[in-house]
Amino acid sequence: MSRSPSLGAIANVKNPQRKQRRSFNQISAKLAPYGFLTPFIVLFFVFSVFGFVFSLYLSFHQWNPVAGMASMRFVGFENYTFSLGEPDFYKSLYNTIWLGLASGLSQHLVAIPMAYLLVSLGSKFRHFMTSAFFLPFITSTVAVSLIFVNMYSANVGIINKAIVALVNLPVINWFMDWVNAFMPLRWLEDRTLIKPAIAILQFWKFVGFHLVIYISGILTLSKEVEEAAILDGANWRQRFWHVALPHLRPFIFFGVTLTIIGSLQMFEEPFIITNGTGGIGNSGLTISMFLYKVAWEWLDMGWASAMSWLLFLIIAAVTAVQFFVFGKKGLGEH
Amino acid sequence: MTTMSLSKMFTRDEYDERSLPRRVFGGIGTLFFYAFLLLCAFLSVFPFIWSAILSTRTRSEIFSSELSLQLGNALFENYESLIDTLPFWNSMFNSIYVSGLGTVVSILFCSMGGYAFAVYQFRGKGAIFGTMVASMMVPPILGLIPYYMIIQYLGLLNTRLALWLPFTATPFAIFLVRQYVIASIPRELIESARIDGAGEFSIYFRIALPLMKPVLGTVAIVQFVFFWNNFLAPLIVTSSQDMYVVTLALRTVQGLPNTPWGAVMLGTTISIMPIVTFYLFASRQMIAGLTSGAVKG
Repeated sequence: MSRSPSLGAIANVKNPQRKQRRSFNQISAKLAPYGFLTPFIVLFFVFSVFGFVFSLYLSFHQWNPVAGMASMRFVGFENYTFSLGEPDFYKSLYNTIWLGLASGLSQHLVAIPMAYLLVSLGSKFRHFMTSAFFLPFITSTVAVSLIFVNMYSANVGIINKAIVALVNLPVINWFMDWVNAFMPLRWLEDRTLIKPAIAILQFWKFVGFHLVIYISGILTLSKEVEEAAILDGANWRQRFWHVALPHLRPFIFFGVTLTIIGSLQMFEEPFIITNGTGGIGNSGLTISMFLYKVAWEWLDMGWASAMSWLLFLIIAAVTAVQFFVFGKKGLGEH
Repeated sequence: MTTMSLSKMFTRDEYDERSLPRRVFGGIGTLFFYAFLLLCAFLSVFPFIWSAILSTRTRSEIFSSELSLQLGNALFENYESLIDTLPFWNSMFNSIYVSGLGTVVSILFCSMGGYAFAVYQFRGKGAIFGTMVASMMVPPILGLIPYYMIIQYLGLLNTRLALWLPFTATPFAIFLVRQYVIASIPRELIESARIDGAGEFSIYFRIALPLMKPVLGTVAIVQFVFFWNNFLAPLIVTSSQDMYVVTLALRTVQGLPNTPWGAVMLGTTISIMPIVTFYLFASRQMIAGLTSGAVKG
């Protein structure tokens, strides 16, 4: 009772039980981060780190998974040289780039001015519009591709029906009558139409995503800058080109990078649209689809691994070029 | 002119935000502009409406050459044909199972990982974090073949586990959680809990986790949409129909002769319902969540 509280505190610290508990806490604080990270580390090292190393190793071997591990045979760079000598590889590369340019460019060229205009419309209406444009982005590619397969159908698809109805409207008919000669368009069975068909689907699916990015980009433009431009007598055209667009530069850089990486790996849309075949004359075959064919239809995992590394190098190269040409300046300003 | 205040000048003449379309397109042009915008919005949602309409039509109505938006009354027949052709509800169950479990486990793993990176100093932190960030730039297609082979090696081909577990510790989500914890959970709070003698796990679970709710909502949205829409992973690791998720099951009808389009469109419509329904109620959160990497990054 007569002990002062401070003495009690000292006595407590000296209490061995308490000390033990403290050091236990210290140890557990040291080990805790590893405990928390265990699931990530295990999954990440098994599927990513080991996976990438193994895929690199595999790309120098010939191997059929059905024949078992023992059938693995070292072949050096053969898988790579074989890919580079394969006409279908170039064909799929060409198709992939064609699709990426056609749908990717149009997505950004539409999304940027659209975002600029939508920002001026007030937040309620803007949100209504963005929600509609964003809907295709959240739904499964397989589901929407199946719907498009039906809509593209030559004789019964609504797209052809709508085109026919449109060109036969009273006034439009005077100068659009020639279109009728080409109807019905065989979207899915014509080698010149299959790529546009896929590109339209992609445009429809992804334009809303970029629209949202650009809208939030324009919204970060401060009112003061906008007002200063108006004070200086800039009209809307000048403000779009000289105020909004430079401000959007890092957003464009980011969006375009995403489009490049995404479209070079494009798989699901062409896979469903061409029913897994690549279309007539492989005119809708993308690199990822070709890789899938090699790995899971022809069961040549080594060749497919080599191709995935080639694709990786292509993506890295294109992204790097884009970064140096376009990104450095844009990122430097912010 | 001097009496007119600057702000008034903006609000009245020049800086009326709503007048931008008017200045760009002119008076009547603005009307056309709004009509055009509404048309675009309609085209954007039309395929979903169309799929719902077709799912009520008979075969001959679908194949008629007429252009109409009328509903048919063959919904029930199409439903019967759907469950005849496909193990539809079984695949829906697989999808719900994989997406639900995957999302819950993702929330746990990613919150733990992000919390550890944000709160602790430990040996190897820089290396692990650096590798993780670097891996976010590697295109997923590179991991596809090793994913398949590891799943095969572990004997997990044709299981649901293979469809969710490998995707539950996403670098991107861990990164998001880390940023959030650093920005909005004060270190003092964790320190004081530690002084009060709370164990490390209970600090995470009782104090940090409830505070992470907003970012975990984002993680949940991103992961659920990913799992629900995933196609490539199920395509390569599942081979028997009873393990198919709904995206894969729907795709198999393409191989059938005389595709029963009414049934297929009904299945498609039902399969997108969970996400679309959620979107109707929480579109802002979903848009913000799915663009979070882009907007904040």
